Amino acid sequence: MQRIGVFVCHCGTNIAATVDVKAVAEALSHESGVVISQEYQYMCSEAGQNLIKDAIKEHKLTGVVVCSCSPRMHENTFRKAAASAGLNPYLVEIANIREQCSWIHKEIATATEKAVILGRAAIAKVHLNAPLIAGESPVAKRALVIGGGIAGIQTALDIAEAGFDVDIVEKEPTIGGKMAQIDKTFPTLDCASCILTPKMVDCSQNEKIHIHSYSEVSAVKGFVGNFTVTIKKKARFIDETKCTGCGICTEVCPMKKVPNAFNMGLDNRTAVYIPFAQAVPKVATIDANYCLKLRGGTIKEKVCGKCAEACTAGAINYKQQDEFIEQTYGAIVVATGYNPIKLDKFDEFAYNQCPDVVTSLELERLMNAAGPNGGTLLRPSDKTHPHKIVFVQCVGSRCDDSKGKPYCSKICCMYTAKHAMLIREKYPDTEVYVFYIDVRTPGKNFDEFYRRAVEQYNVHYIKGMVGKVTPKADGKIDVQASDLLSNEQLHIDADLVVLATAIEPDQTARPLATILTTQMDTNDFFTESHPKLRPVESATAGIFLSGVCQGPKDIPETVAQASAAAAKAIGLLVKNSITCNPCVAHSNELMCNGCSACEKVCPYGAITYQDKEFRMPDRTTAIRRVAGVNPAVCQGCGACTVACPSGAMDLNGFSNSQIMAEVDAICK
Amino acid sequence: MNSNLKEQVLRSSGVNVLKCMRCGKCSGTCPSYDEMEYHPHQFVYMVEKGDIETLMKSESIYKCLTCFACVDRCPRSVEPAKVVEAVRLATIRQQGCNHLIADSIPEMLDEDLPQQAIVTAFRKYTK
Amino acid sequence: MNTFTYYPGCTLRTKAKDLDTYARSSAEALGITLTEPENWQCCGGAYTTAKDEIATKLSAVRTLNSAKEAGQPLVTVCSACHNVIKQTNYDISNDEEMASKVNNYLKLDEAYNGETTVYHYLEMLRDVVGFDNLKKQVVKPFKGKKIGAYYGCLLLRPSKALAMDDPENPTIMEDFIKAIGGTPVIYAQRNECCGGYITMEDKAQAQKRSSRVMESAQEQGADMIITACPLCLYNLKKNSGSDLPVYYFTELLAEALGLKEDNNEQ
Repeated sequence: MQRIGVFVCHCGTNIAATVDVKAVAEALSHESGVVISQEYQYMCSEAGQNLIKDAIKEHKLTGVVVCSCSPRMHENTFRKAAASAGLNPYLVEIANIREQCSWIHKEIATATEKAVILGRAAIAKVHLNAPLIAGESPVAKRALVIGGGIAGIQTALDIAEAGFDVDIVEKEPTIGGKMAQIDKTFPTLDCASCILTPKMVDCSQNEKIHIHSYSEVSAVKGFVGNFTVTIKKKARFIDETKCTGCGICTEVCPMKKVPNAFNMGLDNRTAVYIPFAQAVPKVATIDANYCLKLRGGTIKEKVCGKCAEACTAGAINYKQQDEFIEQTYGAIVVATGYNPIKLDKFDEFAYNQCPDVVTSLELERLMNAAGPNGGTLLRPSDKTHPHKIVFVQCVGSRCDDSKGKPYCSKICCMYTAKHAMLIREKYPDTEVYVFYIDVRTPGKNFDEFYRRAVEQYNVHYIKGMVGKVTPKADGKIDVQASDLLSNEQLHIDADLVVLATAIEPDQTARPLATILTTQMDTNDFFTESHPKLRPVESATAGIFLSGVCQGPKDIPETVAQASAAAAKAIGLLVKNSITCNPCVAHSNELMCNGCSACEKVCPYGAITYQDKEFRMPDRTTAIRRVAGVNPAVCQGCGACTVACPSGAMDLNGFSNSQIMAEVDAICK
Repeated sequence: MNSNLKEQVLRSSGVNVLKCMRCGKCSGTCPSYDEMEYHPHQFVYMVEKGDIETLMKSESIYKCLTCFACVDRCPRSVEPAKVVEAVRLATIRQQGCNHLIADSIPEMLDEDLPQQAIVTAFRKYTK
Repeated sequence: MNTFTYYPGCTLRTKAKDLDTYARSSAEALGITLTEPENWQCCGGAYTTAKDEIATKLSAVRTLNSAKEAGQPLVTVCSACHNVIKQTNYDISNDEEMASKVNNYLKLDEAYNGETTVYHYLEMLRDVVGFDNLKKQVVKPFKGKKIGAYYGCLLLRPSKALAMDDPENPTIMEDFIKAIGGTPVIYAQRNECCGGYITMEDKAQAQKRSSRVMESAQEQGADMIITACPLCLYNLKKNSGSDLPVYYFTELLAEALGLKEDNNEQ
């Protein structure tokens, strides 16, 4: 016979103002198996918890029902209290009479009636609860960081600092990411390269950090503490161990007309290339789409081989193949970053028609000393100095879904102020106009920075939006825009137009989310486990988020989040083993018909099939294909129990019979 | 504020003026801006405020070319031209408020003017 | 699939006979049969976007329904007719209230709910004939001619309903120009309004608009302009003050196909 204790919480007036808690306690005291039913002001307080502990001991309780807030809030609290009094924690059930009752009802009579029903359902369930014991699973002492921009670099450095091995998988030939392309950083205007490249060098020199450049994650199996990851090292046709990064191959390569992605296509590079001087690893890569030898073509081209002839280290290998390596990790950090959106939908700004209409990232390269013009700001079309520059804010940000991105890209207001200021500082004869909807500058020293652009550098901020850009024969660009404060339409004869283009997650993010079975929002940003309280953890255990892959952010914020993600990963890696959730699925092999329905719906890959020998009623043995659940991978979502047509799948702590008992109790 | 008129304009245009984020791109792209006393973004804002009568009396309602540049380029799909159309209809549907009178047509004609112009102008300016 | 219901519209019967004649002769040469519905009515010239306007939309629905009854897709060549008919068709397909009001008025044998596929003549060239096929049939290519395509507003917008091409970066007319052997000239004002019917109300505004369009085309080096709209042609010729020649695209089509003498040699 069960001996159940019921504890009804007032939650101050949160519950008690709408639910007659005394009446609830009284009503529930008559339920079968209930030996004690009490109410108290705050069950989660120490005194409240003691009430439960004392009752467990005094009444030798076999089950506890707490009628209080959502189990997300305090289920753990009450489970711990029960455990300390010697009761298995999984014999505690919560009836949520706050979020699902008192907060949403107004009348005391109906709310009270509902609270009683919810309590009754929990009692019916606890009657069938079985004690559960959480298992343990070992933790591999190695972390994987996907993406080698500033986010991935910072995360890797912090994890390595704590003494763990870290692998960085970067899809480009070098780490560094977008920050390597940026000229100066706001609000201090220090040179991006000067603060980034030392960190890149630290990565390459740290013996705990292993960089897989020009590589991708192609498969992930396993679970928190024990991920098995397949990494595809793309053929770069260069032996990394031999290449010294001397760059002679790039000098002799005859294919010199390859758009230079590092400079946003504003100049050309050779088919064999090192992206930039400070690249890490400083190793050349052959672009097979352009290499005469690899791409094929005329017979004369196919015999090229000039780089191989020139390479004294013998590093060139035209026969190199993609290589797959497998490694086990305890934790994975996603740091896949962002890209500016394509501007095809915004050609009222003439981006596709006029080379002197550029994106902000292109402007970074135009202004950078290592950029196409050696740091002198010149128009891409005719290499003349622009004397009138128009900046357009919010291009593709804050849009309707059909037009662009619904979110604010967050960094544009600040980098535009930076651009405007740098230009006015270096070229005082240049007029700079910024068309804005709002200027958004929350951040330390941010608004002061923007004000400096206006007050000290006399940048013309105009509240309004550009509506049409018309390139003209004389090389000028007619910018037609509204000036909302003076209520007029302006025409500015500009030399250069800069579009503050919205940013979006890198296109590798979505397929990666599928591989990692982790969640994304509709904009392809990774979803954090809790928007406030767990901002760097994904909803999938052991997978953490770093940088813009989680949402738009600037460099300081990215670095802060990168270190936070590292701390969370370290917190996992220091453990020798982790406690598993015992509320997992299990399969009744005798009922399983081997249909694979559960395997198909399982989002975690926790279900596998195997052939097993069974003894049949006629004493023969038969081999049948049956489902098995890996309890360390199962997250207890219950999808399989619903999908299973034969009722073989069941969930510990939420068994089919328990759910039915609850429903029966509610419908009584 | 005349809430009946506002109601009518909202219903007739089918536009949700609350979607506007006041960026002014409609007015930045409008080819008739200089001819208008009230500009596309003001139409949207004044309708939101319920100040319809001012717009109804303004010549601006006859200056919109219905070229749909504002409709297509609005970042939030507010469709300002539909608001202008609804306000113009609210005016010309009133008795004696036709903007174009048939008798005045002959003097507007020249030998090349296509029928299309006359038909369209009638659609736009009269009821 | 090669028979279309062809809706010429009122202006093509009077001031824009060239647009019509050459559309018909070229279609025939390209193996397309155009059948004109009986007793068609004027489309109204402009589509009224107001949801509480029903009567003004009925003539377009009648046209759409006659194509449906003939079991043919509908093709128009005038930008304005095309715009009105496509917007009507879009709204009747997407706005149930409008559809039911329209059908209550019309009392057709069978209710019309947007079943007809509407093509602009250019879309027919692109999607049915194919520009590659057209190119093969060109006998008098416009070699070396720099031709500016003028879309205006009606051909592209509102893009949701017209769905003809990218409204900011259209290529259909440029691809047409390439098919007839010319060199397309891209200029920013190609999808801005010429002033349209405002020429009746405010000549100065029409002059300002059309001259801006012509200037933009001229600056980018166009030798001539093509359009699909009689009113655009009028404004660009009469109001712009520019002497850059403006033709209907069908004129050039017919000429390239060897169905017409002159322009090419100018």
